[in-house]
Amino acid sequence: MSGQTNLESAGSAGYDYGLFSFASKAEVLDKAKEYWNPGKTQFWIDAGVPLVIDRREEYYIWDMSGKRLIDLHLNGGTYNIGHRNPEVVQALTVAMQHFDVGNHHFPALARTALAEALIASAPEGLSKVIYGSGGGEAIDIALKTARHTTQKRKIVSIIKAYHGHTGLAVGTGDDRFSKLFLADQPEEFPHVPFNDLDAMEDALRGRDVAAVIMETIPATYGFPLPDPGYLRAVKALCEEYDALYIADEVQTGLMRTGELWGITKEGIAPDILVTGKGISGGMYPIACVLVNEKSAGWLTEDGFGHISTFGGAELGCIAAIKALEICSRDETRSMVHYIADLVGTGLRAIQAEYPEWFVGIRQNGVILGLEFNDPQGAKYVMRHLYENGVWAIFSTLDSRVLQFKPGILLKPEVVEEVLDRTEVAIGRAYREVMGLRKAGR
Amino acid sequence: MTALLADIPLEPAGVPRGRAMVERAEWAARSFATYDIDTVRRIAKAAAEAGEKHASEFAEAAVAETGFGVAEHKVLKNVACSIGIWNTYGSHDYVSPVVHADRRIVEIPRPAGVVLALTPSTNPVATTYFKIMLALLSRNAIIISPHPYARKVGVQAAHVMRDAAIAAGAPDGCIQVAEEPSIPVINALMTDERVDVIVATGGTPMVRAAYRSGNPAIGVGPGNVPVLVDGTADLTLAARRLVASKSFDNSILCTNESVVIVEERIEAPFTAAMKREGAYVLEGDEIDSVRGVIFEGDHFNTAWVGKSAVQIADAAGVKVPKATKVLVAPFSIVVPEEMLAHEKLCPVLGMVTVPSAARGIDAARAVLRITGSGHSAAIHSEDADTIMAFAAAVRVLRVSVNVGNSLGSAGIETNLAPSMTIGTGFFGRSSVGENLEPKHLVNHTRIAYSSDERIPMADFAGLSPWQAPHGPVPSYPIASNMDDAPQLVRANGPASESTDELRDEIRKLVIEELRQIIKG
Repeated sequence: MSGQTNLESAGSAGYDYGLFSFASKAEVLDKAKEYWNPGKTQFWIDAGVPLVIDRREEYYIWDMSGKRLIDLHLNGGTYNIGHRNPEVVQALTVAMQHFDVGNHHFPALARTALAEALIASAPEGLSKVIYGSGGGEAIDIALKTARHTTQKRKIVSIIKAYHGHTGLAVGTGDDRFSKLFLADQPEEFPHVPFNDLDAMEDALRGRDVAAVIMETIPATYGFPLPDPGYLRAVKALCEEYDALYIADEVQTGLMRTGELWGITKEGIAPDILVTGKGISGGMYPIACVLVNEKSAGWLTEDGFGHISTFGGAELGCIAAIKALEICSRDETRSMVHYIADLVGTGLRAIQAEYPEWFVGIRQNGVILGLEFNDPQGAKYVMRHLYENGVWAIFSTLDSRVLQFKPGILLKPEVVEEVLDRTEVAIGRAYREVMGLRKAGR
Repeated sequence: MTALLADIPLEPAGVPRGRAMVERAEWAARSFATYDIDTVRRIAKAAAEAGEKHASEFAEAAVAETGFGVAEHKVLKNVACSIGIWNTYGSHDYVSPVVHADRRIVEIPRPAGVVLALTPSTNPVATTYFKIMLALLSRNAIIISPHPYARKVGVQAAHVMRDAAIAAGAPDGCIQVAEEPSIPVINALMTDERVDVIVATGGTPMVRAAYRSGNPAIGVGPGNVPVLVDGTADLTLAARRLVASKSFDNSILCTNESVVIVEERIEAPFTAAMKREGAYVLEGDEIDSVRGVIFEGDHFNTAWVGKSAVQIADAAGVKVPKATKVLVAPFSIVVPEEMLAHEKLCPVLGMVTVPSAARGIDAARAVLRITGSGHSAAIHSEDADTIMAFAAAVRVLRVSVNVGNSLGSAGIETNLAPSMTIGTGFFGRSSVGENLEPKHLVNHTRIAYSSDERIPMADFAGLSPWQAPHGPVPSYPIASNMDDAPQLVRANGPASESTDELRDEIRKLVIEELRQIIKG
């Protein structure tokens, strides 16, 4: 609301948000560099995406300049059910007249209610819920739980995995983020190539592994799809070598694959499942770890084993109860199938126009990775999409691949508009890259 | 349980769910609008057959749930509105383009999209069937909002047709039903801009609300049917038809006769004929007693909707033979303050006598001034002049002649379009003046060439832009590097749609069937 008023008054009075104000977008960018994060701020300016998100509504975001973008990044699925989903906003607004974050030491109303709802929705076998305040903490909880359960330390993940940047989670990911902070621990966190069962078995054979952690489809790596049967075979290996299987469903859960939890489509009942981001509709941070009875021992042995003041904040739980309900509806599931169908068909038609440039479509539901025939291909497409009113992000760990993540409640006409804009942007990026190649870059 | 947050208004759960249904319907309608005629026929036929199969079961369930009507009559309506609609319209084509070479115009049918259907408690199954059949034949997605008094059976009826339609290849979400209808839910649905047309059958407030919603609406007003019996009528047949019609489903159809207007010179033989057919003619205080029971002040007491003549007589303390089908209540003048001249959804028939057919036409106009404008009237007569004069004078859009009006104006015993939704047209403040049929849910895009015949027109013969779907719509989201749908791991909790498994089974069979067709 305030954003709208501000746009109108932007010309003369600047941007007044009540508690704070700025004279211009340039001032925000300057101060972001001065007081916040110069590297990140400059990166986006250089990338041709000088975005400062102002107003947000449904699947639209507005830059401070007033430019409207259709959000296909969704901040990794955080805005799976749209920005400021009115149902979540209403649930939270009502709840705020009664609840706050709560006291993490005690059993709590909203935490219990959400745990029960999550378990009812979850793959069979999962029986208890542990809360964190964000995805990284939740991953740490999952890894700690696995270590406690198996009394082993090693955690196996895939090369180019991404599970967060907290103390343990960062060890499962790319060196880029652990070495920076002297947090790389290769002995305890072996990485194996994705879709390589032999490598996985080699890593597990010593029976010294507590858990294998896998995103059902690795997001930051550009959504390479697991080979048919790969994940199931990994799960079987885990059983053979006494390791737990942790399904990181932060980006693949919440109906994005056309089923509530993507892992169920792989035929796997995991030992531990982690959800975050979209679980609370982007309105209040929370993340959840679902564990089976086998892994739940520490909750009885020492219930204070993991303490987190904001983990399971009750307002977050309320947002999550609502978001989970929206994601679980029959209507939503049906819509995701329709959206996936239309997006897939539409992209294949675009691909047919640029077969040498737009070389691959990885799709499972509304999780898509679009592959382009250039090492930095997705960055070009990202910029042209931005210019064309669509915000979709390249894959941090594979710049050939654009992450293309439509929301699960999109209307047909918006999907059609996205496809129109995408066709133009892909064409323009193609011509730009071809031009650069001719010029001998 | 104490609601701890009760002081803060929270939207009832059904409202956001209703909005989700509209969005799902939009997706379904978008796909359905591209279906070809063969697939549409297969779907409509499957739904009709499924509806017919449950006609008796749902007739009894409707009577049990609402407490009114006659099960055996409801069976007839349920059959008429399922397989009957298929038999009437199955050979029509609301899908394929039509080339008018002479006019140099090609018409391409374009469905409305999302139809919101409000159904009454009086005909909960028949109206649900009827509107679903119309939607399927015209390739529209439909959301049924059943009347809260007949919710259970309305939901069941919709589900039976939905499951059959989906199994026959209809797009997912093309038939939905609000399982917890309430005023907030109905309001939210009616005012949702994604609804393309509202088809409202029910009470006046609801119909007017549909028109006020801002969405295109086809609403029908109430009836209050005058029936004239003149001196030329075959009195025995007229009485037989009138009693049968008035007692049909205990007068629940809006087409039931309200006031019979009789020429004086035949009053005695006509009343005798009525008695022979099972009518009881009330006298003196009995009339006041019955009036006092079925009307409460200035309105009909809905507790008596669809109750039998004997039940009403008992309540009024009037002793009647057990076989009595209709109570005839004579009164002297058709004026608004005479409650017996108002609509009566029960087998009580008002009766006035008039000195001539001409005065009878005036009386019929008077009945319709009270309510029922645009609806229907009936006449029993052999005189073309009188029939023509009657029909041209009364403000209705259908006049049944020498046939009971209940099933006559509803198109079941005449060649009018068989319908549970009687368009009352401009007389009755409605946008449709005919009995509702599939064509009312379709517009056409017209390809128009210059009328100058020297400019050539392309040959469109045999061209159709529509296709059969290649499998279930939408297709299941199989990962792009996989060939087959996955085997899912079960969730801890119960499945959300109880029929999911069965439907998946049926779907698989249909996919297989479609594959064979495509291969063949």
